[in-house]
Amino acid sequence: MQHQIQKRTTRRRPQATQTAVSEMPATAKTRTADVPIVSHGASPLARVGNTPLLRFERLAHEWPHIEILGKAEWANPGGSVKDRAAFNIIETAVRSGALGPGKRLLDATSGNTGIAYAMIGAARGIPVTVCVPANVSPERKRILAAYGAEAIWTDPLEGSDGAIRKAREIQAADPDKYFYADQYSNDANWQAHYYGTAEEIWSQTQGAITHFVAGLGTSGTFVGTTRRLKDLNPAIQAISFQPESAFHGLEGLKHMATAIVPKIYDPSLADSELEIGTEAAYDMVKRVARTEGVLIGISSGAALVACLMVARQLAQKENHSAVIVTVLPDSADKYLSENFWNE
Amino acid sequence: MSLKVSIPTPLRRYTDGNGVIEVSGGSVGSAMDSLLQQYPSLKKQLYTDDGRLRSFVNVYLNDEDIRYLQKAETTVKGGDTISIVPSIAGGTSN
Repeated sequence: MQHQIQKRTTRRRPQATQTAVSEMPATAKTRTADVPIVSHGASPLARVGNTPLLRFERLAHEWPHIEILGKAEWANPGGSVKDRAAFNIIETAVRSGALGPGKRLLDATSGNTGIAYAMIGAARGIPVTVCVPANVSPERKRILAAYGAEAIWTDPLEGSDGAIRKAREIQAADPDKYFYADQYSNDANWQAHYYGTAEEIWSQTQGAITHFVAGLGTSGTFVGTTRRLKDLNPAIQAISFQPESAFHGLEGLKHMATAIVPKIYDPSLADSELEIGTEAAYDMVKRVARTEGVLIGISSGAALVACLMVARQLAQKENHSAVIVTVLPDSADKYLSENFWNE
Repeated sequence: MSLKVSIPTPLRRYTDGNGVIEVSGGSVGSAMDSLLQQYPSLKKQLYTDDGRLRSFVNVYLNDEDIRYLQKAETTVKGGDTISIVPSIAGGTSN
């Protein structure tokens, strides 16, 4: 019997509004020193980081001496690379006392960081408010709500910059109530990659990495990972990429020339820069799904397009060998309702 | 028929900074043609080389996605608003 997918007959325009959500409950179980407790299994938050490094053999099949590898960041408990930055931002703020009892964590996000804050906040009993453009996918909205975060939907016409402006406004109006995490300016963002992602890549490739490729959003992944990799081996080439124009569908990425440039961004780290088109990323997502059996997200597709551009350039030099590593920010889970799958 | 088109921030560099453009037309398609006549450099941003709306570009007539109406053939009336909203992270809200 054939199953038929029910097609929705209408779709409404997203609106900028606020969703009220219950206050966060409860604290974690406390332990006393005199009662030894044996724990089994892993705490959910201990699963942040240490993601698998996947080898894309079919993508690189033309070039026997070139490897293309990607960190499968969807293996993080919140489903994206953003768990790393969010976890370190929260840990650092709690340690410094900036995020203490009675404060809500506040930030602007186009989705994945919000989900990461919401998940970690739920696990740690920290209330979370996120400003999110109203045109994020329904899947993301439901995930934020499921973790119990408060979401303020901002004008879809203004994109992630509109969400940033809204978060700043909320913080300015009530500075005592909020800890403004500000992932675009917070050093704990790039440091998560300096101490985490880069070390993992170094050890997973046994130091053989020759090229590191990453997209620019907050720029935390590129800046932190590149800094550490270049400490370990200054010969490693760092390649950043961004959308080819201001108007694009590459979720999580920023066109730096026309956007609010993150404070943590350091353009001097890149040995070269690439521009990636939205449609090229869509094609790559479909190609990897159908030839590698991996469902990657749109910015992950863009990352692999960038890796192929690097590989192609290197292959022009005879017998050139290379180990190209990128970060695949998330999987296709949250993009399955996108139009491009049908085109 | 006169109506308005709302332009998202990243596209305003192609509309001399204007966020709302007055256009004319009897359908969404002719209203969009009127927009492109005024600002031809928008075309490459909104449409593929073979003339299809790029898949991350959502066009709403008032609050309804035209892909779920009659697409470019959807009829419009005076005072309607067309919004161009790029999809971030897929799709749009319900």
